[in-house]
Amino acid sequence: MSAQAEPVTFAFTPEYRARADKIIARYPKGRQQSALLPLLDLAQRQAGWIPRAAIEHIAEILEIAPMRVEEVVSFYTMFHGKAVGKHVVWLCTTTPCWLCGSDDIVARCKQVLGIELGETTPDGMFTLLETECLGACVNAPMVQIDDDYFEDLTPDSVQAVLEAYKRGETPKPGSQSGRHTSEPAGGATTLKSRSATR
Amino acid sequence: MPKLKVDGVEVEVPAGTTILQAAEVAGAEIPRFCYHERLSIAGNCRMCLVEVEKSPTPVSSCAMPVGEGMVVHTQSANAKKARAGVMEFLLIHHPLDCPICDQGGECDLQDQAMAFGFDRGRYREAKRAVSEKHMGPLVKTIMTRCIHCTRCIRFATEVAGVPELGAVNRGEHMEITSYLERAITSELSGNVIDLCPVGALTSGPYAFTARPWELRKTESIDVMDAVGSNIRIDARGNEVMRVLPRLNEDINEEWISDKTRFACDGLRRQRLDRPYVRRNGKLEPATWQEAFNAIAARVERTSGGKIAAIAGDQADAEAMIALKDLLAALGSSHIDCRQDGAKLDPRARGSYLFNTTIAGIEQADACLIIGADVRHEAPIINARLRKRWLRGGFAVGVIGPRLDLTYKFDWLGEGTRTLEDLATGRHPFAETLKNAKKPMLILGQGALRRADGARVLGLARRIAENGGLVREDWNGFNVLHTAAGRVGGLDLGFVPGPGGKDVADILDAAGKGEIEIVYLLAADEIDTKKLGKAFVIYQGHHGDRGAHRADVVLPGAAYTEKSAT
Amino acid sequence: MLDDKDRIFTNLYGFEDWRLPGARARGDWDGTKEILAKGRDGIIDLMKKSGLRGRGGAGFPTGVKWSFMPKQSDGRPHFLVINADESEPGTCKDRDIMRHDPHKLIEGALIAGFAMGANACYIYIRGEFFREAEHLNVAVAEAYEAGLIGKNACGSGWDYDITVHRGAGAYICGEETGLLESLEGKKGQPRLKPPFPAASGLYGCPTTINNVESIAVAPTILRRGPEWFAGLGRPNNVGTKVFCIAGHVNKPCNVEEVMGIPLKELIEKHAGGVRGGWDNLLAIIPGGASVPLLPKSTCDTILMDFDSLREVKSGLGTAAVIVMDKSTDVVKAIARLSKFYMHESCGQCTPCREGTGWLWRIMERMVKGEAELEEIDLLEQVTYQIEGHTICALGDAAAWPVQGLIRHFRPEMERRIVARKQARVARAA
Repeated sequence: MSAQAEPVTFAFTPEYRARADKIIARYPKGRQQSALLPLLDLAQRQAGWIPRAAIEHIAEILEIAPMRVEEVVSFYTMFHGKAVGKHVVWLCTTTPCWLCGSDDIVARCKQVLGIELGETTPDGMFTLLETECLGACVNAPMVQIDDDYFEDLTPDSVQAVLEAYKRGETPKPGSQSGRHTSEPAGGATTLKSRSATR
Repeated sequence: MPKLKVDGVEVEVPAGTTILQAAEVAGAEIPRFCYHERLSIAGNCRMCLVEVEKSPTPVSSCAMPVGEGMVVHTQSANAKKARAGVMEFLLIHHPLDCPICDQGGECDLQDQAMAFGFDRGRYREAKRAVSEKHMGPLVKTIMTRCIHCTRCIRFATEVAGVPELGAVNRGEHMEITSYLERAITSELSGNVIDLCPVGALTSGPYAFTARPWELRKTESIDVMDAVGSNIRIDARGNEVMRVLPRLNEDINEEWISDKTRFACDGLRRQRLDRPYVRRNGKLEPATWQEAFNAIAARVERTSGGKIAAIAGDQADAEAMIALKDLLAALGSSHIDCRQDGAKLDPRARGSYLFNTTIAGIEQADACLIIGADVRHEAPIINARLRKRWLRGGFAVGVIGPRLDLTYKFDWLGEGTRTLEDLATGRHPFAETLKNAKKPMLILGQGALRRADGARVLGLARRIAENGGLVREDWNGFNVLHTAAGRVGGLDLGFVPGPGGKDVADILDAAGKGEIEIVYLLAADEIDTKKLGKAFVIYQGHHGDRGAHRADVVLPGAAYTEKSAT
Repeated sequence: MLDDKDRIFTNLYGFEDWRLPGARARGDWDGTKEILAKGRDGIIDLMKKSGLRGRGGAGFPTGVKWSFMPKQSDGRPHFLVINADESEPGTCKDRDIMRHDPHKLIEGALIAGFAMGANACYIYIRGEFFREAEHLNVAVAEAYEAGLIGKNACGSGWDYDITVHRGAGAYICGEETGLLESLEGKKGQPRLKPPFPAASGLYGCPTTINNVESIAVAPTILRRGPEWFAGLGRPNNVGTKVFCIAGHVNKPCNVEEVMGIPLKELIEKHAGGVRGGWDNLLAIIPGGASVPLLPKSTCDTILMDFDSLREVKSGLGTAAVIVMDKSTDVVKAIARLSKFYMHESCGQCTPCREGTGWLWRIMERMVKGEAELEEIDLLEQVTYQIEGHTICALGDAAAWPVQGLIRHFRPEMERRIVARKQARVARAA
């Protein structure tokens, strides 16, 4: 996908604006800047990324300098200052995932999507990004796609997940190895009396 | 007041003092980059680390308040090692381009690396390169040199009140930039050049023109506005290379406006460097003798009552008094220094001074601004108003155009109607002034230049009287001038004597032929077309409007070239 | 091994209903009003007696921390901020608490907030935990609906609001003052201390920041009594703890165990043992990425608690156990952590901003042996040049793993350098 041009204007849709107002109301009067991260998240959900126009729109709503908003957008990894694909695939490669084979996961993702890290597929469907520890280390290796975690991956299972997305399906998030969540594979060693009653 | 020991010297300092400040009292020098007395404490450079007994790690002295019985070592092995380590980190990505860096010779990093650093670097990896950031024509950037002390960001945000600078990205990719790399929209932007401890932000106009050790430094006072900022003029040979601020707590602290700083390039252009005499309608170069002869010939056949003189905004007191004496000797009382026609009353000194004083602004708790664009007419005074406003409890009301003054104010209105309401106490802000302990007002030339300027002045005086602005212990009545020479001129009485004409009348009379000779002392802000057929003598340093109209031009020295008041 | 009856997080794996009815069935929100009736001092005393030490990594006594809040408000509101920015590599325990037992956290938030005179609580959860934040939001809404929080929470007369605030991807926001900055809508750059948050924290008001687990265990401690909690584990290292076991084990998992359980027992009982057997073990990082690793010899006998691990120059940290078997390129494993810290450095202060990148670059060369032997000393000196010289603890966290590597695997680093040199010589010959 070619680099998407900066839109000239941005404004929250009425629905998003209502949500933004609700978020601002959660913080004390005069502390509306606290709503900056949530509002940027909303803007990104609406536009797919955070264009300059959104920075200025939000700066105006929160009555802060656009520079302060730009600083924040550039500081946090989840905000995209440039256009990204419809699905963002975050590949965790920090030590716990790396020990469990994240290199193979990265290689397979590149192969399946035909792009390198940091790139977007020509059809604008996927952007592949490396990320630091996502906090699901006992289910390593794992990736995040949009809002969901896919865990206990093998190259084949991550390929299956990506292909499901390609087909427009929403694969079931969580462990891809049949495990429930973070219990030891094959059955919990604790809380057995309780799990028996489930 | 806590007592502590710094390098064995016992000092007693007020509670809340930082270790770094206490060390200064004790005579111990602690290096620093991010710390600056007039900016908020960032504590990010870590150069000021010292050893404090009982603390497991070195302490950043700029940020740590002193404690009773603290024992501080600034020269211990641990303190030195900590600082040398920080210095090494600062240098690993800093380019070794000192020979082509304009900061060379006056660089904090250079000096402190010599004093507090290791004698060699151990970094063998790739160095960082940072792309230049556009910040406008005045501030030149070489961002690879930046050490991320954030002084410039804090200055722009806090002192200048334009939150346009920031640091984007994080970690070693952090970069200082202006929003969208736009030019900084501050009249004080040049101060970031002085604040930058390295050569990341340097002066654009001064770039590659001189080295600090080649410069002759002369202390002076600025004439670009009526503030009187203390400046230092750096010259090489007979050429002024740059103007820098000089510390004066009562006036400009250590800031100067961009106009003050960058106007010096004008000293090289369009100068009047020899006398001229108009012959056959054309100004032609002449000798001094020819010029004086031309003047004498004309003056000899003109009676005193037909001669007038107008002093310009930057005229110095010595020149004005000489001109006043000359006109008196010739029998004329048509002299005026108010070329803009401001209705200032020369008889009551208190009615044309900035009585509160600039430093006094910090004591005020309410301020009424009448017809003054303080931000552009006197950026330094505006910065002081903002400083006061930041501290809180400072109500500001504005009558006049609605401008961005970098602080919040109540806009009260635009006309004399609002002034009347205030004078009679009908306007709620009158109550604010009355309830304030130290209320002040600032009356600008914009209000005084109006045809009804005298009435505005009268109303302002009434507001001052009714609001308790002028008392035994406090004088909150202030006139903000835009001309450096104005108060001097008024003090010296460079105003019409008995039966004398003011500027408007002089021009009027010249147009009618009643005034035959007009002596312009660097006066250019008048409508020269109105001079009619009068014989015009222009004395000044630039080929400006007045010189163009002149019949005889006498070249003079600019403010950087003479001793004057 | 801990008995099931002594486990606090009885729905750790989410086999049961995580919502309010399920939580109530597990005993949450039982007698909360009575707990609040013990009063601020009463609750803090009980927490001090329980010996609970903060579960976020530093291990500071929780009850003592709560007691730092001003007893009387000077007009400024008090805040409780819960650190749910779980980002320490290896750690994923708070995630399970929030998605499977959110009501434990919410009940704890009410009790803790009450005990410090706060009427408002912010839960700062890392942005990537989108689904976990959804669960929290649902649980908070349920609690409001049931009158457990909000006006007159649990009928106690105390008003209490809880807001879930999502971050946006920055490890540094797990540092408590970086978190506060982020919560105020800024870059998560840590603040200078003093002032400490209990004096001037969120919005300049008295604030206490606690880890999710520290808060979530509080209701159970107060229900069962501090003696019960203090009776588990060793003195000064008491209670239960959720451990995360990741890396080269047969069955990576989270598990709640007694504090001070032997590391070997923890791994063999719950994580199915080290891949290839205990003798195939190379090293273990016992408390999340920040703490120095331990060689197998230490792992054989070490107990998993604050003091034991400190004695061997490591730490319990977040109790995230990262296991590396003999197939591991241990230099690369640590080099990857150096990259992590470089990536996550906020950039504010010099030693961390410049030092973390330097460390990583040397480490990358060490992986391949592209270095001189003396550079191992240089590497170590750079870590000490960072450690203790920064505004926050990220600098220390970046330094320690490298120090641990040099301490225990210097011969391996030297071997690579020598081997590389010999290979070059051989090629040239």
